[in-house]
Amino acid sequence: MESALFPEGVTRCSAKKFFLWTLPWLLILAWGGVSAVLCLWKALNQTNMSNIFAFALWIVFDLGLIALGAGAFFTGFLTYIIGKKELRDILNAAVIIGFICYSGAMAILGIDIGQPLRGWFIFWHANIHSMLVEVSFCITCYLIVLSIEFLPIILENRKLEEIKPIRLFGRNLHAIMAVFAATGTFLSFFHQGSLGGMFGVMYARPFAARGGFYIWPWTFFLFILSAIAAGPCFTILIVKIAEKLTKKKLVSDNTVQFLARLSGFLLATYLILKIADTIGWINGEAHRAGLRFMDFYKEGPYGVWLPIAEIGICGILPAIMLLIPKLRKQTKWLIIACLLNCTGIILNRFSFIIVTLAIPVLPFERFWSYLPTWQEWGVALASIAYGVLLFSVAYRYLPVFPKERELNPIS
Amino acid sequence: MTPFSFEWEWDIGHIIFFGFLYLCLTVIGLGLSWAGIKTVLQLLGLLWEKDLEED
Repeated sequence: MESALFPEGVTRCSAKKFFLWTLPWLLILAWGGVSAVLCLWKALNQTNMSNIFAFALWIVFDLGLIALGAGAFFTGFLTYIIGKKELRDILNAAVIIGFICYSGAMAILGIDIGQPLRGWFIFWHANIHSMLVEVSFCITCYLIVLSIEFLPIILENRKLEEIKPIRLFGRNLHAIMAVFAATGTFLSFFHQGSLGGMFGVMYARPFAARGGFYIWPWTFFLFILSAIAAGPCFTILIVKIAEKLTKKKLVSDNTVQFLARLSGFLLATYLILKIADTIGWINGEAHRAGLRFMDFYKEGPYGVWLPIAEIGICGILPAIMLLIPKLRKQTKWLIIACLLNCTGIILNRFSFIIVTLAIPVLPFERFWSYLPTWQEWGVALASIAYGVLLFSVAYRYLPVFPKERELNPIS
Repeated sequence: MTPFSFEWEWDIGHIIFFGFLYLCLTVIGLGLSWAGIKTVLQLLGLLWEKDLEED
């Protein structure tokens, strides 16, 4: 009965097996639900956030998810605007991953703002001098765009497609997807950049402050570049995990190799600029504040290992792996490179959010430490559980991978 | 915020921020409307669509 809902010509595991797979994720989601209810009911005293750590674990997850979800807009841009038709094999997966990342981030933000019923204030009483307003505008609009991009994939469900108005609407929507892809690219460019710009303009915090071009600090451009370098790698990583779990080939090697090579090139470019930016910052903003590089890493757990891990192990290493065809073509190395690349970008966002706030600025201040509560972990991890569940359901019932049937013929 | 709100000011900041916001929302709205209207016209037989030949 259920098999009538599966995409045509492909096999799926039994309902029992699928239910068992979803069970642990449903439990994490329930943990997140309890945490969210507590935060909304008893307020943000359920968290370890404070006036010092107004940005905390949830914002690390938000910025991490938004950076990793950049694969959606970048793949859409390459497919519809640049005309890389071979990326159609992976585009649906990229869109779903992007939708999961952005909707997950928005859900976390809904709890983070404390009073979600007043969430609309940022649109109606907008402070146009704040980069966060631009981010809010762009993320909200982009989530609408991602929902529209996701809609034709849902409408392609075998049973839904049998209904003529739905089929026609889905196809008509698909026909003008280039318009939405271009809008999504515009919105993504600005919100990824403004998230970085927000840190670069913190002139009172020498760890984050940066010089720049006109009104845009260098972090504006670095955040865009790091997101488009890591986003496609995250898409590849998810596809490879899906292939391992389903024991099927879901995307052709050519498509994966193209994205991996492009990611390697973008990551290398980002790293050159990031290293130049770091040197400029040490001799510029930090120097002018009377601080040396090691002064930022002498207290607390965030030692010099952090930039070494971010730029060296999770930056230079994966860039080399992705640029050398011999390594890139071996699945094991490709997965390691993608994993390191994604870890690197999360470490970058972590540094800008947590370390910036932890380091003392004034002589009488001390180093601030912060550990999230179980409620904060619950809400944050629920976004991952939600993503796994949504992707699993989408894979089961929707034609996420158009080449699946061709790559896995039923004998 | 719209130009009719009391907080609105006709300065470059408001024009750029809200100009782009409303431009994006307009593009999204027009795109959805185009797909919706085309679907209705196809269902009414006023617009040719090869999918209809299959039925």
